[in-house]
Amino acid sequence: MENERVDQIIDKHGAEPSGLIQILLEIQSENNWLPKSALERVGERLGVPLTRIQHIATFYKAFSLVPKGRNKVHICMGTACHVRGAQRVLDTVQDVIGIKPGETDLDLKFSLETVNCLGCCALGPVMEINGKTHGKLTPAETANVLKSYE
Amino acid sequence: MSEIVLEIDGKKVTAREGATVLEAAASAGVRIPTLCHHEKLEPYGSCRLCTVEVEAGGRTRLVVACVYPAADGLRVRTRSDKIDRIRKLILELYLAHAPDAAGLRDLAEEYGADRDRFDKEASFCIQCGLCVRYCAEVKKKHAVGFVDRGWRKEICFVPEIAAETCWDCRECFPLCPTEALQAAYVFVEALKFPREDPPGDGAVPERS
Amino acid sequence: MARINSPAELEAVRDAILAARDPDKPCITLCCGSACQASGSLEVADRLEAELREQGVDGEIEIRKTGCHGYCERGPIVVNEPSGVSYFQLQPDDVSEIVAAIKDKGVVERLLYSDPVTEEKIEQEAQIPFYKNQKRLVFGDNVKIDPKRIEDYLAIGGYAALAKALSQMTPEDVLEEVKKANLRGRGGGGFPAGIKWEGTRNAPGDTKYVIVNADEGDPGAYMDRSLLEGNPHAILEGLVLGAYAVGAQEGYIYVRQEYPLAVENVVLAIQQAEAHGLLGENILGSGFDFKVVVHQGAGAFVCGESTALMTALEGRVGEPRPKYIRSNIKGLWEKPSVLNNVETWANVPLIIKNGADWFTSLGTEGSKGTKVFSLVGKITNTGLVEVPMGTTLREIIFDIGGGIPGGKKFKAVQTGGPSGGCLPEDMLDLPVGFDELTKAGSMMGSGGMIVMDEDTCMVDVARYFIGFLTDESCGKCVPCREGLRQMLKILTRITTGEGRDGDIQLLEELSEVAKEAALCALGQSGPNPFLSTVRYFRDEYEAHIRENRCPALVCKELIAFHIDPEKCQACGSCRRKCPAEAIDGGKNRIHVVDQDKCTKCGTCFEVCPSRFAAVRKISGEPVPPPIPEEDRVIVRKSKKK
Ligand SMILES: Cc1cc2nc3c(=O)[nH]c(=O)nc-3n(C[C@H](O)[C@H](O)[C@H](O)COP(=O)(O)O)c2cc1C
Ligand code: SF4
Ligand code: FES
Ligand code: FES
Repeated sequence: MENERVDQIIDKHGAEPSGLIQILLEIQSENNWLPKSALERVGERLGVPLTRIQHIATFYKAFSLVPKGRNKVHICMGTACHVRGAQRVLDTVQDVIGIKPGETDLDLKFSLETVNCLGCCALGPVMEINGKTHGKLTPAETANVLKSYE
Repeated sequence: MSEIVLEIDGKKVTAREGATVLEAAASAGVRIPTLCHHEKLEPYGSCRLCTVEVEAGGRTRLVVACVYPAADGLRVRTRSDKIDRIRKLILELYLAHAPDAAGLRDLAEEYGADRDRFDKEASFCIQCGLCVRYCAEVKKKHAVGFVDRGWRKEICFVPEIAAETCWDCRECFPLCPTEALQAAYVFVEALKFPREDPPGDGAVPERS
Repeated sequence: MARINSPAELEAVRDAILAARDPDKPCITLCCGSACQASGSLEVADRLEAELREQGVDGEIEIRKTGCHGYCERGPIVVNEPSGVSYFQLQPDDVSEIVAAIKDKGVVERLLYSDPVTEEKIEQEAQIPFYKNQKRLVFGDNVKIDPKRIEDYLAIGGYAALAKALSQMTPEDVLEEVKKANLRGRGGGGFPAGIKWEGTRNAPGDTKYVIVNADEGDPGAYMDRSLLEGNPHAILEGLVLGAYAVGAQEGYIYVRQEYPLAVENVVLAIQQAEAHGLLGENILGSGFDFKVVVHQGAGAFVCGESTALMTALEGRVGEPRPKYIRSNIKGLWEKPSVLNNVETWANVPLIIKNGADWFTSLGTEGSKGTKVFSLVGKITNTGLVEVPMGTTLREIIFDIGGGIPGGKKFKAVQTGGPSGGCLPEDMLDLPVGFDELTKAGSMMGSGGMIVMDEDTCMVDVARYFIGFLTDESCGKCVPCREGLRQMLKILTRITTGEGRDGDIQLLEELSEVAKEAALCALGQSGPNPFLSTVRYFRDEYEAHIRENRCPALVCKELIAFHIDPEKCQACGSCRRKCPAEAIDGGKNRIHVVDQDKCTKCGTCFEVCPSRFAAVRKISGEPVPPPIPEEDRVIVRKSKKK
């Protein structure tokens, strides 16, 4: 990500240290991950030490310090989904794409993330891929759904 | 500044207004165990070893002495069966990480903590944050910080800053209750193998 | 629309909006809440719009896209106005019939709600058991408004409470009314809002803040999301009232970034309210100024905790602060700050509009008003339900929720979120209320209500929640960071058949230390899932530890899948579906599970036709050896001879 773009985002939020998390969120959503150069730029402009930015960037779940895959798989591990078999869905996804939650595969095809409640408890267990929700999943269906992504 | 009088373990103690219970106790010669406390640093309240019982307005509760403000008429108990049980278990949790730390050994003996109570995971660091806070609050260098959260939380140097400032300072090393091991180790690692990204988040896994 | 400069102008605007509306004009209200969107409501909306245009009636029939109606189980949902006829589980192909029915004043029989027992069709939404037994004061308006249109909120009397407060009440009056209503916090501990506000009002200093907690981290709860998405102005109105009462000039809405639609709707609502003079400078000409900023949370459950939330608002790592001064005295940037939950704020306009006496006429001695619950899990009618405090768990779960699906038996209900507790069957007649739930060893929390049936293992549930909390612990203090983690390790070994004698006592010891010595409420209440399950389901813990048996047949390491050779009819379903290719069989051959290959995913158990029911789960006893190859041929008695 270019420094100019980072600067624009910083300016939009008023270049205040209190806006740090909002700025990082916007960079994350636009760029898909937080490159070190961007973090340094933000630190410089806001006068916030890099140690603090590093802590924030690793503390909150929304941030990633490595590029994410093309397809973002979110498995709901909310309680409602848990009692309806979310673990089996997660196990299946791990088997099929060979990565664990928080990871991205080597071809950058999939990133896998667990989330807490997608607000679709009526459809549990739920998996969301790139914003599309797949509900009432069984292990067999889960594997099928994954096959349809490139 | 005005003075206040409180009672610690049955003794009347005079303290200045704004003092914490820990400071008041220290001035009266009552020792309360601590790990994350340092007089030059802001109270942090993370190790919970200084947990004591206070009674104010007819209510008794457990608080940490390093943060709780001393107040007129406050009654403090620094030892009880419950407090000792809590300290013992906290020490046992720590000993799983730093079984041989001298600072822990004496306390462990005092409270009868069993160093083998929990499975060992010798990471040495017990997250007291003394090095991180000292570097930030006293030295204002911010060369070392935390990354990640929960049990994955660890300390991490910023190599660029560390390379410039740390060799001549190293004041944080002796602060470490686990014998300076962790800060020194992470510091050397950071300089030897500077990492592009701080650890702990979504690293690309090895495919087996 | 122009700025509104006085309460009288507000009424004039409202009258104008209502006058321009024809109450007899048909309007299709379509739920576009998150769950319905996931079931395809946006596709239905597109088709509806196209259909109205095609049939040339887009001027005569209106569409209103609303937030969640609550009955997410049966989404996408349409409620027709003014007739009240509702349709469920719609597909895009259903829309032409719906439009045709409106034109001929008819009803599409097949899309109506049909009673699962009597199969009787019910036309009116209000007559459906799920809705009939609710009292939807806070949540009911969702159906009536398009959250993106402030006119809709004004049309149902929106901002009238604010106008009343600013023109007829002093800040003290507003505060007194909320105190008198005994409105207790809907997001956590049930702390009386009025008393909290009073502390802030009386605290020294001119700068004060009011904050909406819309972090909603409870897994399996989504009522705050649905309120914020479906009726954002109600929350804003409550917040302005609170600001007026305590003397705050600035407010924040802390909403999780995982709720993009809520963020979008509330940001839009703020812009509209500002443009109308209902927010910003000189609100309704009263001289009162107040502005609101939306702050997105970046994903950390602990940030729902009040001191962590305020730290995060300041742009820092969301770790709780070790303080013994309440945040209503010293909070955000060390200033007096009122933090309340979304639903708490949404109740405020109702109280001001209708008065404290009206509010206290509902509910129990200690808990007034209503509460929205997110009724989920093994329940027939998943959804959001709002009932008066004091309604029993049984009424919620069976009368509204329709009981347990699939003929299964009720086992427990979990309330209060991750740090709440599980209540067993003999507590079903407990009336819900803050003190009642706490006394029973659970809590109200923010209103998550997860129903569990006989197929749920309570040790696994405890392990799940403690695992969640271990992951979400900020890591600052040791009783939580290390204590919960050790609890998780022990619970994990119990559920994997490695439990040891003394494990229950060790868990109890760890619980005591976390409860008594952790820094914030996450750690302090963290052991609750264990404590409540061991209180009511101790025998399940013992079966796991002593007999390596999972009574609910859930814990993978303790169960095996076995095909009963007497029952197998070689239909082959299981063999085709097994993702691990662990089933040996063939035409007319009894199928056998290879226990070494089996990953215990349970697919065979699910796909085996119920008329055979040949697959069974075994726990705590050895798996019978596979029958010898030569005995596997099925000899069928031919049907006619
Ligand atoms: C770990 C933790 C998470 C919390 N999460 C939330 C939350 O998501 N939403 C909420 O309203 N309150 C949450 N709370 C409770 C808040 O700290 C606070 O009590 C509440 O927002 C106050 O508002 P109320 O009095 O209106 O309920 C949480 C508390 C803790 C300890
Ligand atoms: S109790 Fe847990 S979440 Fe709260 S401060 Fe301690 S470690 Fe952090
Ligand atoms: S628990 Fe999965 S959507 Fe709510
Ligand atoms: S989202 Fe449509 S009823 Fe809940």
